[in-house]
Amino acid sequence: MHGLINRSLECFLSDTYGNDIWRDVAKRAGLGFDRFESMFEYDDALTYAVLEAASKTLSKPRETLLEDLGTYLVSTPKVESLRRLLRFGGETFLEFLHSLDDLQDRAKLAVPDLILPKLTLLGGVETGDFRLLCEGPPKGFGWVMMGLLRAMADDYGALAILENQGDAECCEEISITLVESSFADGRDFDLASPMGAGT
Amino acid sequence: MDDILIPGQALSRVMPMHLVLSSDGTILHSGETVSKLFSLAGMSGKSFFDHFKVRRPQGVTTVADIIATKGTKLHLVLRNARQTTLKAVGVQLDGNGGVLLNMSFGISVVDAIRDYDLTISDFAATDLAVEMLYLLEAKSAAMMESRKLNTRLQGAMVAAEEQAFTDTLTGLKNRRAMDHVLARFVEAEEEFGLMQVDLDYFKRVNDTLGHAAGDRVLLEVARILSDETRNDDLVARVGGDEFVLIFHRLTDIDILNEIAARIIQRLEVPIPFNGGQCLISASIGTTVSSQYKALDADKILSDADLALYASKHKGRACYTVFSEDLLPNQKAG
Repeated sequence: MHGLINRSLECFLSDTYGNDIWRDVAKRAGLGFDRFESMFEYDDALTYAVLEAASKTLSKPRETLLEDLGTYLVSTPKVESLRRLLRFGGETFLEFLHSLDDLQDRAKLAVPDLILPKLTLLGGVETGDFRLLCEGPPKGFGWVMMGLLRAMADDYGALAILENQGDAECCEEISITLVESSFADGRDFDLASPMGAGT
Repeated sequence: MDDILIPGQALSRVMPMHLVLSSDGTILHSGETVSKLFSLAGMSGKSFFDHFKVRRPQGVTTVADIIATKGTKLHLVLRNARQTTLKAVGVQLDGNGGVLLNMSFGISVVDAIRDYDLTISDFAATDLAVEMLYLLEAKSAAMMESRKLNTRLQGAMVAAEEQAFTDTLTGLKNRRAMDHVLARFVEAEEEFGLMQVDLDYFKRVNDTLGHAAGDRVLLEVARILSDETRNDDLVARVGGDEFVLIFHRLTDIDILNEIAARIIQRLEVPIPFNGGQCLISASIGTTVSSQYKALDADKILSDADLALYASKHKGRACYTVFSEDLLPNQKAG
């Protein structure tokens, strides 16, 4: 699994629950180190071991942790860059939902060896009801998407109801009901990078 | 091909950065994003050439000139403080001799979005500008991660190198470090004095009092040798009880002999250990770079070694400076 995914998981755990908890988790998972490198590739088993260990250490179901990870990725000020990259997907939450089909390719464009699941958005033709199919590894990514979509809806100021339909044969499925596209103000998004051009 | 009629609003949707010019250069119609480039709300009625300069091709100063470019790429510059550059293509509109000009930012888009506060909806849905901005930001973020990794790896490399040049027990330099420094001095034809220091009776300490006592002695030796040398000098442990000292820019035999005598004197002070005492001494062989016409690291080391063995021969606990008559073939009976 790509280092970016592992490192995200690590940052989520240590930022949310503290460094000591993270070190406990790393030890329990038998990592033999306590820092993932974002630009390295790791054995998939390590990622699942960390999840398993975190779930035991914190007495929280894996699914809850993954969902919280998704929310963390978009809402923590520490990784503002990911929220920004996602916001490039469109001007409204609806446009953003439609851009999810491209998420896999967009990720690959930025980091060629970062493989994310293939996302397919269905429905929404007449009503605000969508289904998001999430195909392929990493396992449980649908839960991360749940948290991420929930946080992105807030970010856009949209009101959406999400439900994880669990694992189907081929993929995980999330149902999305977009109640109101501009429910609240949402957070600002300035096309210009806050870090300055090209830095 | 048939002519196509497009309502102005639809034209704006497809080309938010277009201008329609009359034959005299008056702006008749402009896309909304173009208007954003100027603090003035509307562009209609203003003269194109008052607000834009055509930089390439050169000499394009009238609408007729634009028509003559036959749709080749134009490089424009805004006549404002920002001097924003634009790319454009112009085509003749039938009838009245006017042109339709479609523009884009090209590479200047990064500055433009900041300078003019542009949003995603200011770009045509088919314009790749937003994708380019996305890519730029994504790549910068990825690059930043790589740079952080490089910095950490470099730190680790420096630490590993430092470790590779250090004797872990005493913290002195090791043989590798000594070889390295000596090679560098020889290469640069530096002046230096070199001492081989060999502990006497160290084996006895090890055998009778154990390795812990031996280690204690080595630490004390390291402290004394460091004490008796300057920061620029090198002190290396090159074997179990063998040390090499290299004195940078010091070739004065008298001074080196003084140092050698002091080292031996201090090493002979009993070293307390576990209520007992460790007694050692040292034999020293010295050579200096100034007695060689051409420097050779191996020769220098083996000459210092010869001098060292001369000291051992004299009954230990003394120092000898290398001279030609110590060489085996010079020994006449």
